[in-house]
Amino acid sequence: MCRLFAITSQDPLSPMVALQALDVMREGHDGSGVGLFLRDLGGPFDEIKDAPILSGIFSEAGLRRLDTYMMDLGFMTKYKLSIKVPKTPPAGVPRRDIYLVRAYEYPEDWDGLPQSELYNRLLETRLTLRAMGDETGDMIVFSFWPDVIMIKEIGDPLSVAKHLMLDRKELQARIIMAQGRQNTNYAINLYACHPFFIQGYSTMTNGENTAFIPIREYLSSRGFPGYVGYQSDSEVFTHILHFAVNRLGLGVEAYKHIITPLQEADLHAHPNHQLLTGLKQTCRKLIIDGPNCVIGSLPDHSLFMVQDRKKLRPGVVGGRPGRYAFSSELCGLDAAIPERDKSQDFQPMHLDTAIVNADRQEVKICSQKDPLHLSH
Amino acid sequence: MQPEGPIAPFSLSIKDLPWQIAWDKDKCTLCGRCTASCPVNAIELGVFRKRQVAPAVGILEAPENQYTLYYGIRQKTDPAYACVGCAMCNMVCPNDAIIPMHGDEIDKLRMHGDRGGQARRRGGRRNDPGSLLDQIKFIRISMLTDPALDAGRHEFELRTLLGRVLPPEQNLKFMAENGWTPPVREIYPLMIGGMSFGALSPNMWEGLQMGVAYLNEELGMPVRMCTGEGGCPPRLLRSRFLKYVILQIASGYFGWDEIIHAIPEMKEDPCAVEIKYGQGAKPGDGGLLMWYKVNKLIAAIRGVPEGVSLPSPPTHQTKYSIEESVAKMIQSMYMAWGFRVPVYPKISATTTSLAVLNNLTRNPYASALAVDGEDGGTGAAYNVSMNHMGHPIASNIRDCYLNLAKVGMQNEIPIIAGGGIGKTGNMAANAAALIMLGASAVQIGKYIMQAAAGCLGSETDRCNICNIGLCPKGITSQDPRLYRRLDVDQVAERVVDVFLAFDTELRKILAPLGRSTSLPIGMSDALGIADKNAAERLQINYVV
Repeated sequence: MCRLFAITSQDPLSPMVALQALDVMREGHDGSGVGLFLRDLGGPFDEIKDAPILSGIFSEAGLRRLDTYMMDLGFMTKYKLSIKVPKTPPAGVPRRDIYLVRAYEYPEDWDGLPQSELYNRLLETRLTLRAMGDETGDMIVFSFWPDVIMIKEIGDPLSVAKHLMLDRKELQARIIMAQGRQNTNYAINLYACHPFFIQGYSTMTNGENTAFIPIREYLSSRGFPGYVGYQSDSEVFTHILHFAVNRLGLGVEAYKHIITPLQEADLHAHPNHQLLTGLKQTCRKLIIDGPNCVIGSLPDHSLFMVQDRKKLRPGVVGGRPGRYAFSSELCGLDAAIPERDKSQDFQPMHLDTAIVNADRQEVKICSQKDPLHLSH
Repeated sequence: MQPEGPIAPFSLSIKDLPWQIAWDKDKCTLCGRCTASCPVNAIELGVFRKRQVAPAVGILEAPENQYTLYYGIRQKTDPAYACVGCAMCNMVCPNDAIIPMHGDEIDKLRMHGDRGGQARRRGGRRNDPGSLLDQIKFIRISMLTDPALDAGRHEFELRTLLGRVLPPEQNLKFMAENGWTPPVREIYPLMIGGMSFGALSPNMWEGLQMGVAYLNEELGMPVRMCTGEGGCPPRLLRSRFLKYVILQIASGYFGWDEIIHAIPEMKEDPCAVEIKYGQGAKPGDGGLLMWYKVNKLIAAIRGVPEGVSLPSPPTHQTKYSIEESVAKMIQSMYMAWGFRVPVYPKISATTTSLAVLNNLTRNPYASALAVDGEDGGTGAAYNVSMNHMGHPIASNIRDCYLNLAKVGMQNEIPIIAGGGIGKTGNMAANAAALIMLGASAVQIGKYIMQAAAGCLGSETDRCNICNIGLCPKGITSQDPRLYRRLDVDQVAERVVDVFLAFDTELRKILAPLGRSTSLPIGMSDALGIADKNAAERLQINYVV
């Protein structure tokens, strides 16, 4: 089982905060990999919120191919974070040429495009780059989106962090999600490392998704180009979130109604009975069976945690106004926010969605039995 | 027969018959129960003459013959009276003195079942003991990376959907704009398939209905039963229990006059309407109720004269193309109940199933597709249809599901699988395998007849006389002397037993796979088979 940690803070933080929290939970992961998702960036990226940032790992040849491709499209580099790593990586970490974090200026002919079209083109560009990388193995692309950085690597989280020198002032974010990986999936593929990302939505999960195959088949057949990949059974959680919010126009509170719908008796008693019955039936293929704890980040800068229907995975949320964290274990929370009112710590159970909004003032708990606010 | 006597082409010896009666003279009390209960008069009282040679004691005396008589059972060898192996003689014998034994080679009777130029007709099954479904194993076991669920203690929701399920986006739009969405029923994934009132005896039908009602009302299991093509008793049509019933309409339209006229008086809508275009036991052939079974009651319910054979046409006579056939009939049936009742077609498994399915994807009302495989049973059909026509269910269901998945409609049109589920007694395992291959629900017929009423049929041509109304258990007979043998309440009780045990077994399969809150439709990664070709064909794991 992997270990998860996510933090949302009014002030930008170094990703090391999250990695140290993962380190105290190290009994629960085997150091086979780490994934980082950073959003609402601080440092130099704070000034260029709208510029799409490409995150990935490239060989020298891959970088040259990238530059040619991006220039042909009309993208200009606006800012880049060069992560130059020592020639000899620590034990268990593969040798790489370049960890790329590069912000671009949009091509001129994209000016004035409606946002939805812009977002579709960003997705398309990322998928093309990924496909180019798959052909020759010289590029791995994690995300291409404004105000989002992703870093993933094989190895022990803290060793990787030191190797990549992640404790640098240019790398700061107000929302950080990190996963320490327990490898259960044979050869390690970085595309199988959490968190996963699609068009501004990101989630990470621990546990296995026993309903993976039918869910994958369903998502793959939605006719949406971004629903691909699935090197990990957890990637579907991100895509279901995207599907629920983007395609169905529902709020994050409805996410749990899709992946773990209420059972018949509760459903009948629910004020949104008709809507939820419809959702349960029409999204039947997206029902998960756990055991899973999902932590996710949305474009509106909210962060949330949900559990499977039987609550078979650990997860706790706590903090203080201005800074809240979601963690697999209490010790992770203690490491990151020791100065909090621990009596307010909350472990979401089988009906709960714990949400911390962008204002970071409180943990909002939505029960599936509550009426659904249909703001969309 | 005398050694020099004439031999007709159909002169058979007992050895040539499929079933040979073993009778024990020492045990027999000559009570006559066996001959009285034999449904086909295969045995009769025999008077046997026996010679004994009495050797002489003295030298001058000659040995002599002594003649005695004894009474016993004689098995007829006339093909018209050949033993069917039902073993009712054994069941009624107070001393276990008689039992039919199956011959040790392929019988010769089968070449003589067509006397008078009449091809053999029978009820029952395909007479093929094999089952591919039995070879499928469930191999993805949750254990350490994810905990196995507890089949006894965790919550389970073993439900499926019957109805046209819209895509989620469209459903939300429909609800916002129309306030109407197509009717969808949440039902139990094991259904009792179409067996008509007429094919089954009144006691059997009533027992099934009572069992289904009990499962729904007392145990909260939304089990549904299809009427088959034979109408529906008027009182049931006007009762609240109609909601547990799927009304079948087929090419003979038997009983539909009564049904249509009852619509204004219905307290509840039926669960659904099944339009039968084909069945697995006799694909491409219509239903057949032979004259023996068309008594006054059956004639009244079906709206036909008494004592005539009722062969339904192989196809619906008013239709000439699939577009018309499907669209018109489905829409008419929807209209009859104000678009509140799901309507779906049932077909025989065939290589053309995909064409039907593709047509349904373009029909906005079609609410499921029931596919009946070659192992489906029947009350009456030509032997050749039963044994040789039809398509295996597993690959047909898999093809249908994968085809729907390809066009993204795998949640929109439920596929119902039938034919051969539980053929060798492994009903839950067979049902789970079909569900994981892509079926939303499964239908059973023969299994429930065997389990709930003790049907004697087997895959080695035992009994199989459902067609002529002589069912020795009273399951498929319309003769009160026979069907009164069947206790309605006991049938109902057994129906409940079967469903409860199935439920437990299904949980015992799903829980170790880590599934409980939704039916694992299409969870093909859990399936494995030790036959490489089958694995490749079904797109499941090859395991040895």
